[in-house]
This record gives sequence, structure tokens and C-alpha cells, in this order.
Amino acid sequence: MPALPDGVPVPDDGALPPWVAGPGADGVARPRAGGLGMYVHVPFCSVRCGYCDFNTYTAAELGGGASQVEYASTALREVGLAARVLDAAGLARPLSTVFFGGGTPTMLPAADLARVLGGLRDAFGLAPGAEVTTEANPDSVTPASLETLAEAGFTRVSFGMQSAAPHVLATLERTHDPARIPDVVRWARQAGLEVSLDLIYGTPGESLDDWRASLETVLATGVDHVSAYALVVEPGTKMHAQVRRGMLTLPDEDDQATKYELADELLSAAGLTWYEVSNWARDDARACRHNLAYWRGDDWWGVGPGAHSYVGGPDGTGVRWWNVKHPRRYAALLADGRSPGAGRELLTAQEAHLERVMLGVRLREGLDLAVLDERGRRAVAGLVARGLLDGVAAVRGHAVLTLRGRLLADAVVRELTS
Amino acid sequence: MPIPGPALSARIQPHSTAPELIRNFCIIAHIDHGKSTLADRMLQLTGVVEPRAMRAQYLDRMDIERERGITIKSQAVRMPWQVGEDAFALNMIDTPGHVDFTYEVSRSLAACEGAVLLVDAAQGIEAQTLANLYLAMENELEIIPVLNKIDLPAAQPEKYAEELAGLVGGDPADVLRVSGKTGEGVEVLLDRIVERVPAPVGDADAPARAMIFDSVYDTYRGVVTYVRVVDGNLNPRERIQMMSTRATHELLEIGVISPDPITTKGLGVGEVGYLITGVKDVRQSKVGDTVTNLAKPAAEALGGYSDPKPMVFSGLYPIDGSDYPALRDALDKLKLNDAALNYEPETSVALGFGFRVGFLGLLHLEIVRERLEREFDLDLISTAPNVVYDVTLEDRTEVKVTNPSEFPGGKIREVREPVVRATILTPSEFVGTVMGLCNDRRGTMQGMDYLSEDRVELRYTLPLAEIVFDFFDQLKSRTRGYASLDYETSGDQAADLVKVDILLQGEQVDAFSAIVHREKAYDYGVLMTAKLKEIIPRQQFEVPIQAAVGARVIARETVRAMRKDVLAKCYGGDISRKRKLLEKQKEGKKRMKNIGSVEVPKDAFIAALSSDSSGAKDGKDKKK
Repeated sequence: MPALPDGVPVPDDGALPPWVAGPGADGVARPRAGGLGMYVHVPFCSVRCGYCDFNTYTAAELGGGASQVEYASTALREVGLAARVLDAAGLARPLSTVFFGGGTPTMLPAADLARVLGGLRDAFGLAPGAEVTTEANPDSVTPASLETLAEAGFTRVSFGMQSAAPHVLATLERTHDPARIPDVVRWARQAGLEVSLDLIYGTPGESLDDWRASLETVLATGVDHVSAYALVVEPGTKMHAQVRRGMLTLPDEDDQATKYELADELLSAAGLTWYEVSNWARDDARACRHNLAYWRGDDWWGVGPGAHSYVGGPDGTGVRWWNVKHPRRYAALLADGRSPGAGRELLTAQEAHLERVMLGVRLREGLDLAVLDERGRRAVAGLVARGLLDGVAAVRGHAVLTLRGRLLADAVVRELTS
Repeated sequence: MPIPGPALSARIQPHSTAPELIRNFCIIAHIDHGKSTLADRMLQLTGVVEPRAMRAQYLDRMDIERERGITIKSQAVRMPWQVGEDAFALNMIDTPGHVDFTYEVSRSLAACEGAVLLVDAAQGIEAQTLANLYLAMENELEIIPVLNKIDLPAAQPEKYAEELAGLVGGDPADVLRVSGKTGEGVEVLLDRIVERVPAPVGDADAPARAMIFDSVYDTYRGVVTYVRVVDGNLNPRERIQMMSTRATHELLEIGVISPDPITTKGLGVGEVGYLITGVKDVRQSKVGDTVTNLAKPAAEALGGYSDPKPMVFSGLYPIDGSDYPALRDALDKLKLNDAALNYEPETSVALGFGFRVGFLGLLHLEIVRERLEREFDLDLISTAPNVVYDVTLEDRTEVKVTNPSEFPGGKIREVREPVVRATILTPSEFVGTVMGLCNDRRGTMQGMDYLSEDRVELRYTLPLAEIVFDFFDQLKSRTRGYASLDYETSGDQAADLVKVDILLQGEQVDAFSAIVHREKAYDYGVLMTAKLKEIIPRQQFEVPIQAAVGARVIARETVRAMRKDVLAKCYGGDISRKRKLLEKQKEGKKRMKNIGSVEVPKDAFIAALSSDSSGAKDGKDKKK
């Protein structure tokens, strides 16, 4: 799993720096335009997949002291802390979105997830039409558990399908049966949940035909939302070691590019349009609003070990912090009445600007060119000429990536911020 | 008693030593054959250096020399030695041991009447030693053959004594056997020098004539000039004149080295010592020049003087462009101590501001480069070394080309390139291999001799450009390290040469241009384009890499366009890490050079150029 960033300490009470809540340039404090999102990290899995670098633990890895049984209670302690801290800063408001991720949130009983959601509702309230998502493994849900989630207020479920090819799932060490996918999608829809399927492409051993078959399986289910990620082999994972020992051959970037292009072609043809570099939805209303909040720079609080949080200030900069990674230490700090924050960074104007461009440019709605500095604006024409930015959108004042541009998004960001 | 007592010593004081009591000699040896150790032992035995003050290898002054085990600058040490009832003054003149310094060697030899031919008893003679031996024999020096390192278990004194006797004439039994390490046989050698080396002969009453055989810049004293007095004498406070330039100087100090400088009342016929005039640049005190007395000047200079002529050129560029002024200052300083070094500012599209530097040869190049990096703390890129071409255009205009990228494009009547006479010594089993290599490199065989049953001397003329490439490395690797090489320049020849340019996306990269024989142009083109394809990172567009002769493309590779440069996942917990990654990538851009619109990492230039200059490793790994 990736190491936590370097940062400055978080105060024991988790208080935000005063300037974050401070008045705007006109000296008047005002309510936030953007919503408030809440992420709940569930750091448990039945097995650890070879490619995974997330902060997650199997029961065997964790041992005693930070059990799954007590996790809901522990998480609710941080929810209480979040309410106190945001309230003190005048930034508490009903939640626009909630997202349970992991790990495998559905490793917890549906009732536990419902309890945490209930705690959030009590502490902040849910805004009208709030989106509440959980990630799930196809083999960790039943019709009944999905019912329970829907009744508790969940509106959306995102299944980690990854691939329809058994040998690809085996390489990824995913345990679910791909034949189950149509069933779990049906159950979730019957429960009234919106469904997203998550895919991974570029796994060692995956052919272009394998990938096409995965996409076709997804489209056959009729889901309204798809995420597709190129496999990244992170240092410290089992797969990284396998690649180093020559047991697996690293995915080739050209292969990944071709598969991205195929995904965009097939998904578009089926009526799913990209709204972010790795996300497609049937229409704007089906986009994941929680994730959009990350890319738009809204405020969000991450509950759970290793989770990140971000609160923007009135001057366009902001504060980001992250929790300690180990569930046991996390639980101990909260039990002690202390913030589980391991460190934080106070973004400089330059860093905030880079993040804004880096995130905004990933979206189909694009980045307002007014955000760019003089040099960045001058780079736009060249990027359009080279087919990386859409010309029509640029004329209308937005930087929107073309298909080729999406594959070279990082290069575009570097040019726009050079 | 080898060390003379006070009464005898009085007879061999500088300025008043009769020529018949003087012996001037040098030691001819290969790099690791133990010359410095033997010299140290002589200094000890003659009492010039106290054993406890003995620094290992006293004569090699500069750190860099000590580290590489070679002697670049020669010096002269005066040692007393008694044989029978007579005391003698022995001047040991140190000679540089490498091919690049043939001219300096020839001047050192010209200052002596005898030479100790020192050969490792476990290795036998090497090509460079042989070349210097021939040089000494041409100068009619008395040769004293000596086998060193006889204490080594691997020593084969019988075999190599025979080899040496065969080379210098005489009986193998007369070849001395010594060990510089244990001191065994060194006294006998000193006696032999007195006995065999002729005393110097000169006219004490004639106008002064002294030959400069070395000239060294010293930070505190200015230039220290080493001379051998041939006729007359030189005395403090006199005005002297350099006969080649007619420049005059006051003789501020005169003395001998033993082994530290000792000022004397002067230097007489046959004596060897140093002069200090206060000049700051070795160019004002040129090796080979004749020093005379301004008040009573000699009519004719001593023979053999010539100006050092750079044979190999290379572009030197600071990796950090802001180091350019520091590089210029460093070259200016080195030049004070190196009469052969010359340079001119040059600008490269690829590498920025730098200098085109002329060297005597590859070792000289490497020594200068290493000194610049070590003593002046500079990080440098050097372009592949090349030779000087004389190009005659159709309209008879003549152009001297020291930088391949300046090779004229129009109609060419003739191109002339420098040629060397090379001597290669090899075990006889590799003769075929070595002949094959020389053939590949456009060599012409001049002769072949067996030195012994299993050792062969091959003589070739070869274009210098072929040696400058990677000849030495090839020779070593194809003979498992056993062959040795020496060469000396030998005029020039017309050749069918063309310039191969390397183009990135149609833009010529000047640093990669090379002048090669027409038949080899294709090979060079294929090699360079393939190498660059490996080194140049993928860009957002396809980058053709071409090798071209004039307008004709002879080789082509393509760096395919980069199709993917995006991190697929970017959610809440990824943002900080992703931002830092982008910041790092942006920082990395600063280490890129733009050739047209192609971004090339500076490291790529270094990689592409360094493997090419592998021939410059010549001076290193001489050990078998």
C-alpha cells in the first residue's frame, strides 16, 4: 500500500486551521457553494488481491483488537469528531453524498453499514436527493443484504467485477464467479439501487478479446454506469514482486491504450458517455456525484484508517489530512478521544492551482480556461492543434480532453501548468 | 661505500662537476613494470631520500598520476654514487610512458646518454616500451637491459632475458636482474650505469646552449623549466633567451633537484637542473627549445625542436550550462601547465556552450577531462573524439575540419586524414585476429617479426581516426588483454570520407555527426540510430531518427508516439500523491534539451556519447 504523504501534524482535537473557515476576500464569511461529502473506509477483505495497494486487512492479518464487529462503533466515533470539528469551523451541513469504500464494505453485515449511515444522518443530516453508494464484491452480497441496504437509505452500489475472463480474475486473485454478475446486478436493481460495474484492463495475460468480452458482458447487464481502470502495479504489492521475479509480464502501455480506446468505442455505442477519464454514465444524472465532488474540489471528510479528507478555504487553497493507517492504532486514538489524523498539508496557492487543473481537466465538463494562468492559456492553442484538447470547447472557454487527450491527460496538465 | 664521503662529494658539486663525473640516464618502462618503485629504491640507496621520509613513488608528483600509476611529467633527480675511488653525479631523467607524449619522450631521451630498459620479468616487453626503445636507439643512447620484479613467483627471467638480448644485441647473461621492491640488484645497476653510460660531452667555453626537456607550472613559483646544459654554462641573475621565440627572461633562480629543489651557483656542461624566470605560462618555456645567454648568444639552436600539435579533438561541454564560465577558467588554468592543450569556444545546438579542445591523443584527452572534473569539480559531456581533416573543395579552397559538424557540404576534391605508424605486440596465437582487426580498420601491413617463439611484433599504418574510435578496446578484448599497442603519427593520406549526420525529426543533431569512411557510413548510421532509439523517450508524436550522408538517408529508426500518459485512478486518497508525481515530472522537464520539438534528456546525450568515446579508455586498464 502506498505510504502516507509527508505532512505536518494534525492537532489532537482535529481542529481545522482558522483561515479555512475565515471570511472571503470581501471580509464576509459565507456558506459554501459546494456540497459536503463523506467517505467511509472499510478496511477489511476476505482475501487480499495480488494487485491491491489499498489500506485493507484480512481477518488473519489483523488479529485481535480491531475487529470487524467493533468497526461500526469505531467509525461512528470519528463521525462524532467530524461533526464537532466542522461545526466549530461553521462548515457542518447536510451531506450531499456518502460513499462506503474499501476494502470490501460488504464484508460488514448490512446492518452495520446501515448503522454507520444512520449515525451520519444523525450527525449531519442528508441533503434532499443525497447519493449514498457502497462498493461491493459480487460474492459478498445476497438479495436480502441488498434489500437491507436500500431500506437503510443506500441509493447506489458499485460492484468490483474487474473482468469476465476467469483466467484474468485468477491472475488478479479475485474469488468471485463471473457468472454471478448478471444476478447481482438484477438483485440490486430489484432492491431499487443504481448499479455501477468496475472493470480493470491491462492485466497480465488479458487479450484484447478477453477485454472485449468483459465489456460486452457489462453492456448485456444494461447498467447505467461503468468505471474502467488500467491496471497499475504498485510497488509493495504481491503482483509487483511477481513481475520483478519474471513470473508475470508487466502490462504494455500500448496495449492499455488500445483497450481504453476499445472501451470508449463500445461503451459510447451503447449509450454510455465518458464524464471522467475512467468513468462512463448513461446520462449526467447517473454520474457518481460523490466522485465528481473530488474532481470539482468540494469539501469531503474521509472516515476510517488511512482515509484522506479535504476542506477548501475561501482563498482557493485548502487543507488535506490523512488518518493513521492501522485499524488498531486508529481505534485506539479515537477511544482516547483524539483525532486519528496522522498528518496534514496546507496547500500553497501553487499546489492548489495544480490540483485544480489536474482534477478539472479529467472531467468532460472541462476546466474553465479562466482558472489558468497566462502561460497555461497560451498552451491551449497548441494542445488543440495537436488534437489533445477539443477545439469547440476551447472556443467556448473550456479545456476538454479529446479521446487522445484523455490518454495523455498528464502531459496536458503539465503543459497547462508549466 | 656507494655514498661518497665529504671529500669526494666536494668534487661533484653542481656548477663545478667535471663532465666525466656526470652520468645522465633515463628509465624506459611500461606503466606497471615498476619504474617508480625502482626509482624510489635508487633515491634511497644513494642517500638522497631518508628511508623514513620515503613516500611511495616519490617521483610522481600529481595525485592523478599516482592513482593511475603513470608519470605524465618528467623530472630530473641528481644522485651521488661512488664507484671505486671516484664519486659521480647521476642524473635520472624521468620519461613519460605513453604514446601521446612521444615528443616529450624524445626530448627527455635527448637529454641523456644512456637508458635503462626496464621490463617486468613476468610479462616481457610491451609495444610502447619497444617504441621508446627504438627511439632511444635512434638517439644512440647506451641501453642497459634490466629485468624487474624477479622476486615474483611468475617471473620468467631466462625467457625474457633472451627477448631483451635479442632486441638490444648482446648476451642474455648481461641482462641485469633486479627487484625494485626488495632492492636486490639495484646497487649493481647503479654501478653498471656509471660504467656503461658515456659521460656528456660539450664545449665549456662556447656560448651557453641548454635544451628544455620539461616545463612545469607551479602555483607559487611560476613556470619551472628543466634543462640539460649542452655547451657553456648558465648562472643566476643572467638574462637568458629562448631561441625559438627570441623572448628574454631574467634567471631568477637556478638549481638541481635532489629530490627537492636546491639552488646552485649555476649549471655547467652536461649538467641537468631547473630554471625559474618568473614566467607564468609554459608556452613561454617550450619543451625542445634552446636556452642561451643573451649577452653571449649561441649562433645556432640545438636540433629537434617542434611545436606540439594536437591530433585528437573533442567537444567539452558542462552538463550544467551555467558552469560554462567555470569551465573556461579551468581550461585557462590547465593551459598554464600544458603546452599541448588548446581550445576554442564552440556552440552546439544539442549541448549548448562549450569548447572544442585539441589533444595530443586519447590519454591526453582523458587526463585533461579527469583533471577538469576532479580538480575543478565540473560535470562534463565530451563528444566522440575525432581527428583533423584537410578538405580541399572543387574550387581549391582548403578547409581544416576539427569538428565533424563543420565538414563542408559542397563539392569536395579531396579529403586528407592523419595516419599513424602502429606497432602491435601480441602472442602469436592472436596474429590472425589482430590482422583481421587492422584490416577492418583500413590498416596496411608494413612488417612482422617474431620477438620470441610465441611473441610477434606487427607493424601497420592505420588512419588515426580508426584508432581514435575504439581500436584499443577491440584489440584488448580480441586478444584477451594480451596485445599491446603503440603508434606515432606518420603524415596523412587521401581517403574516401563522408560525413554522417544524425537527424531527429529532420533536425540535425550536431553532437552526433561523424566523419567516416564511405564504406563504413552505413554501419555507423545503423549503430547510432539504433542506440538513440533506445535512449530517446517516447514523445507525443512519432520521432524519426535518421542517419544521412548529405541528403541521402542511409539508416532510419522510429521512436513510436507515446499513447498513454495518464493515471487511471484519481480519487480522494490519490490526489496528494498524484500532484507530487506531476510536480516531479515537471521538475524532470528541466533536465530535457529540445532538439526541434523533441525533448531529449541530457542523460541521453551522455549515454549516446560516452559509449562512443570508449576508445578514450586507452590509458586505463593497461593491466593484463
